[in-house]
Amino acid sequence: MRLSYTATLGTAAIMFATSASAGEIVFNSDMSWPQSKKALEHIVDGFQKANPGITVKVNYFDNEGYKSAIRNFLTADAPDLVNWFAGNRMAPFVKAGLFEPVDDVWAANGLDESLKSAASSMTIDGKKWGMPFTYYQWGIYYRKDIFAEHGLTPPKTWDELKAVSEKLNAAGIKPFAIGTKALWPTAGWFDYLNLRVNGYEFHMDLTDGRVAYTDPKVKAVFEKWAELVKPGYFIDNHAALDWQDAIPLVVQGKAGMYLMGNFAVANLKEGGLTEEQLGFAAFPEITPGVPRSEDAPTNTIHIPSGAKNKEEAKKFLAYLAQPEVQAEANAILGQLPVNSKAARPDDVYLNAGFELLSTAHGLAQFYDRDAPADMAKAGMEGFQEFMVKPDRLDAILERLEKVRGRVYE
Amino acid sequence: MNSNAPLGAAEQPLPSSRTAVNDRRSAISPVSGWWKKNQRKLAPWAFLAPGCIMFAVYVIAPIFQSIWISFYDWDGIGAKTWIGLGNYAELFDDDVFYTALRNNFLWLALYFLALPAGLFLAIFLNQTILGIRIYKSLFFFPFVISQVVVGLMFSWFYAPDFGLLYRLILAVTGGEVAILADERYVTYGIIAAGLWPQIAYCMILYLAALNNVSKEQIEAGRLDGAKGWRMLWHIVLPQLMPATFIAVVVTIIGALRSFDLVSIMTKGGPYGASTVLSYFMYEQALSEYGFRMGYGAAIAVILFLIMMAFISGFVWRMMRDEKAGG
Repeated sequence: MRLSYTATLGTAAIMFATSASAGEIVFNSDMSWPQSKKALEHIVDGFQKANPGITVKVNYFDNEGYKSAIRNFLTADAPDLVNWFAGNRMAPFVKAGLFEPVDDVWAANGLDESLKSAASSMTIDGKKWGMPFTYYQWGIYYRKDIFAEHGLTPPKTWDELKAVSEKLNAAGIKPFAIGTKALWPTAGWFDYLNLRVNGYEFHMDLTDGRVAYTDPKVKAVFEKWAELVKPGYFIDNHAALDWQDAIPLVVQGKAGMYLMGNFAVANLKEGGLTEEQLGFAAFPEITPGVPRSEDAPTNTIHIPSGAKNKEEAKKFLAYLAQPEVQAEANAILGQLPVNSKAARPDDVYLNAGFELLSTAHGLAQFYDRDAPADMAKAGMEGFQEFMVKPDRLDAILERLEKVRGRVYE
Repeated sequence: MNSNAPLGAAEQPLPSSRTAVNDRRSAISPVSGWWKKNQRKLAPWAFLAPGCIMFAVYVIAPIFQSIWISFYDWDGIGAKTWIGLGNYAELFDDDVFYTALRNNFLWLALYFLALPAGLFLAIFLNQTILGIRIYKSLFFFPFVISQVVVGLMFSWFYAPDFGLLYRLILAVTGGEVAILADERYVTYGIIAAGLWPQIAYCMILYLAALNNVSKEQIEAGRLDGAKGWRMLWHIVLPQLMPATFIAVVVTIIGALRSFDLVSIMTKGGPYGASTVLSYFMYEQALSEYGFRMGYGAAIAVILFLIMMAFISGFVWRMMRDEKAGG
């Protein structure tokens, strides 16, 4: 059966989904990148060994295309399992009745305890809607060697951050790499600035639509941001770059720091950086006294309400929740297991990340998962515009407020 | 087909027309009399029927469905809510819409450069020297490769740091211009990429038409002393009118549906500065952050009306000119 789950690719997979026979569950997945594919194959292998008689047929989708395709196959011909994301990003599917609640799986396996950190982001209307299995930290990845060369230490406060940036800039090194063509990297900055300036509760109120974008507290976030944008502390022409395009700048030492998710480490190492050269630091404090919160996007697996083999699919989720399974899968993924009893991969960045997340006051998913899709789109476009034309701030915030009025009504 | 073929003379009606029409009719009236009388009139329709049905189902019906959906607030999976002209009201109050509209007209205006440029290339290549076919196919090449590839190539061409054009501008002027990251240049940058294959397309249309230019008229013109521009303007161009007509129509359509390049090169960015109506529609209705089907449909309707206005206006003028010209 090895062939059956490795062979199918692309959107044609939707058609294959109908051919499921008894004892076979169909899994539509966007885990098509080499590492994630390997991890999923490992999970599926293990599950099939543990449950003889059930086979899992995985249809791999291209990462970007999946986000549109899922809407088609959920409504037209639902598979038994799908990949998706926690938080508000799953709300449209939950509200439309396309996901199956899985509280029984949580209850039967004591997951409210072992998956506690992700429980709130899996809950909508008092029910759990899926199974979290992996997450990762965000933070500032910086060039240790360059910092050492210029006598710098990773900044702990906003003033230190500005001082470090100024020194790097004076030395002809751009303080921050970023590529905003795909918009979402800007949201990492907004999340962290808002979490540090106003705190977790305010950030969640904002992404839930309870605060106006014209609020002075929101404006204060952009004022901090402007202190980095106006002196040119971000690389030039970032609007024409994808996040991967900015990686070489860090590798070549043209940029000193990169605020990114932990997935960037693989690319940075591939570029030739060693653990001696690449450091990781938490985003510095801005408003003293605001408890430190972090972005920690969680990836999840769900059962569509139209699934044909729900019992088998639930077995799969229960299997996926086990600490050993999450440990092994995340060792391959290079990310953190959600299950608190699972062993963590032995990796400097993940250890630092775990330390960071387990002591955080609150965990946000990410702006485009916490805010509804159309708000996120408008918001991130505004962030990008702000990073290019900081003087247009008032017009941008008014536009966002208009969108907010429509989206949350 | 020889139009004089004795269609009605055959004892048996043609097989295809029998399946489409005759079975139904036979129940009502005697087969022979009615069918024989009307066979010549009906046969073309029977042959056209499959195409007409496909056209109706996949082109005409969706137009009305789009118009219908544009009156709803609908996310594609949940319940539809009737909001009347709400989507249009929002659209006319949306800055992005005006950016897209402005860019669309920019596309339209600049895309017409493909006509003279294509004509020039066609005339230039319309000669018989050794290996001309190779040159012709090289010039036609950009139209053969996918728009996605064209977009990628131009993205690299413009790319900051390593792009050829970026380096060139840096070397000549000393200034750094990242075309696709600058709201002032981005649309022009994409249009330039689009013109490359569009010129090739117009060129091939004109090349084909140049083959059919009457030699006698050229000779006659030459005897009357016409040369150069006068020859082109008074003798050659009028004979190229049918090709020009096609070229204008494909250029209008190409300009207005410009989607692939925008999607590949900038995704409408930076911050929506290079968006066009078709991409705006896709973004609102079908992209990762979209799924506002009603709003997307409203954009589609506006785009449809613009295309209709241009194309029907042009067709009407063509027909009037043809009538006048006899």
